Amino acid sequence: MRVFVSRDMASVALGADDVARAFVDAGCNVVRTGSRGLFSIEPLVEVETDEGRIGFGPVGPGDVAAILDGTHAARLGRVEALPFFASQQRFTFARCGITDPLSLADYAAHGGWQGLAAARAQSPQAVIDAVKASGLRGRGGAGFPTGIKWQTVLDAPGAEKYIVCNADEGDSGTFADRMLMEGDPFCLIEGMAIAAHAVGAGHGYIYIRSEYPYCITTMRAAIDASAHLVAPFVLEVREGAGAYVCGEETALLDSIEGKRGQVRAKPPLPALQGLFGQPTVINNVLSLAAVPFVLAQGADAYAAVGFGKSRGTMPVQLAGNVKHGGLYEIGFGITLGELVNDIGGGTASGRPVRAVQVGGPLGAYFPPSMFHLPFDYEAFTAAGGLIGHAGITLFDDSVDMAHMARFAMEFCAVESCGKCTPCRIGSTRGVEIMDRIIGARDAAPSGAGGAVGGYLDKALYSRSPARIDTSLDAQTALLRDLADTMKYGSLCALGGFTPYPVLSALDHFPEDFGASAPLKEAAE
Amino acid sequence: MEDFVTEWTARHGATRDRLLPLLHAVQAEAGHIDDALVPAIAKALNLSRADVHGVVTFYHDFRRAAPGRHVVKLCRAESCQARGGAAIERTAAQRLGVAMGETRGDGQVALEPVYCLGLCAIGPNALVDGRPVARIDAAALERIALEVAA
Repeated sequence: MRVFVSRDMASVALGADDVARAFVDAGCNVVRTGSRGLFSIEPLVEVETDEGRIGFGPVGPGDVAAILDGTHAARLGRVEALPFFASQQRFTFARCGITDPLSLADYAAHGGWQGLAAARAQSPQAVIDAVKASGLRGRGGAGFPTGIKWQTVLDAPGAEKYIVCNADEGDSGTFADRMLMEGDPFCLIEGMAIAAHAVGAGHGYIYIRSEYPYCITTMRAAIDASAHLVAPFVLEVREGAGAYVCGEETALLDSIEGKRGQVRAKPPLPALQGLFGQPTVINNVLSLAAVPFVLAQGADAYAAVGFGKSRGTMPVQLAGNVKHGGLYEIGFGITLGELVNDIGGGTASGRPVRAVQVGGPLGAYFPPSMFHLPFDYEAFTAAGGLIGHAGITLFDDSVDMAHMARFAMEFCAVESCGKCTPCRIGSTRGVEIMDRIIGARDAAPSGAGGAVGGYLDKALYSRSPARIDTSLDAQTALLRDLADTMKYGSLCALGGFTPYPVLSALDHFPEDFGASAPLKEAAE
Repeated sequence: MEDFVTEWTARHGATRDRLLPLLHAVQAEAGHIDDALVPAIAKALNLSRADVHGVVTFYHDFRRAAPGRHVVKLCRAESCQARGGAAIERTAAQRLGVAMGETRGDGQVALEPVYCLGLCAIGPNALVDGRPVARIDAAALERIALEVAA
């Protein structure tokens, strides 16, 4: 009997290895797949039967006997029929959770390599035209049109050109890159090979963060297994070393080159002078993994789904304090509230949702009053936020938003590459301002802008205490001024976007900053 | 270890872009990157010692001193915080007897912060000697503490 058990890092963290071993011990033929992406039913086990693959979950090693004799209570039926899966549009993640990630035969049997074959039958320009026509925009966060980036590289003169995959998925609340690389690595390889054909590149790098050890192992094995199929294109995995800023494309390039991962000033664009000074396509995992579908199924099939200028699907990641967390791929346009409440089922704790952070640590916090927002790059920008890598992190009503604003500043201070002053110094000053605000709030629970002198670090400020206006209004004004400097003065998104979580927390949850009632009304 | 550097570069190349892979290899072999080895690494890749020192100290992963025999990496990022991560962090420090970011005096265990393991819907999460553990609560911490006591 064939049994399918995920080998995804999340499934393993929940005990999937023990479950798989128990099925092997029971004499089953166990196939390790990627994860389907619904973690509330992981470890998920699927048993092959005459009526298809029947799911059970969550499963522990002790459940094996009951599953095999058909008496287990946690029988889910066909996984595709569960509401969480039935309502998805799985373009990029079509194979994830279904196939053995390292089986070339499995990949080919499920439509693999059709996109590459189609691309190689066309001219590079025709491939780029198809990517342009699909409306595919970079899924790494900035949303830049992928086809235009490729066109720039194709047209740029250069002795050697490179394809670099940004797999430095450092944002909390995002795990789509990790799941794809662990669950369907050939899809990414195929996308990179198509990009190589389109721009004339001979070498490619996949820069994977060291926090993803399973990805690194799986991608290296997949590259070895498929080398003959993508030749003469040569691929290599480069392991990061624990620096969030290397998710920024120019810092990532410096890191591959063996330098400190510091951002470069743009221009020149990496498309013109990127890795080793040569024209370089640098795309996110999901952007490259979307390309095989575009070439195999046609640009129109991809562009037919979506909303406004945001075409195709977005693998949304429901994270944090969420009941049904996981990966949910759907066309753009679904509202934030539908994702949080209908798909995610609200909080895991059962308490009311108070805030959701969209787009990772540099994304804005939104209150439930903004859940009508459609998932769309332009709509989120207009609302003072960003979709980023489409991670949605839920917080219940126990969250302290001033603490979260302080954490955003602290994270920026820890992870700043140090190259530009607004980010390097601004984030440290931001932590200090937040400490004063939180101190004032806690010293005067009634809020209303009490003085904060008692909290100040005397060693730091005793020399000129008279020059510090310690009122809450003055401190929040200083915070906004600092955020403005960081936003417009930083070289990259780390310093430039840290104001999003900080100011959105202040604007939408002023009561956590000890603000008086009138300020709260003014902010809303 | 200098022989290790020589052999590694002979096998994998000695250009500047090999620096990160070499540092990973050295740390995997020796547990940390000793300052005394920096001149040999610099010479092998034709870099200045300042270049190598700058890279070693820039990245959070690279250690200049031997780590604990066991390494517990606990996630501090937003998604885990949303699931009670801050309280788990305090309990972990108490139970393991070591502050976040430090190695215990007897060298038995290091508690290190990590910012996201990509397991964000099942937090709080940790990597215990490279093994992922999800939904950490007091009971899971107790199991981890017993594991790293060995």
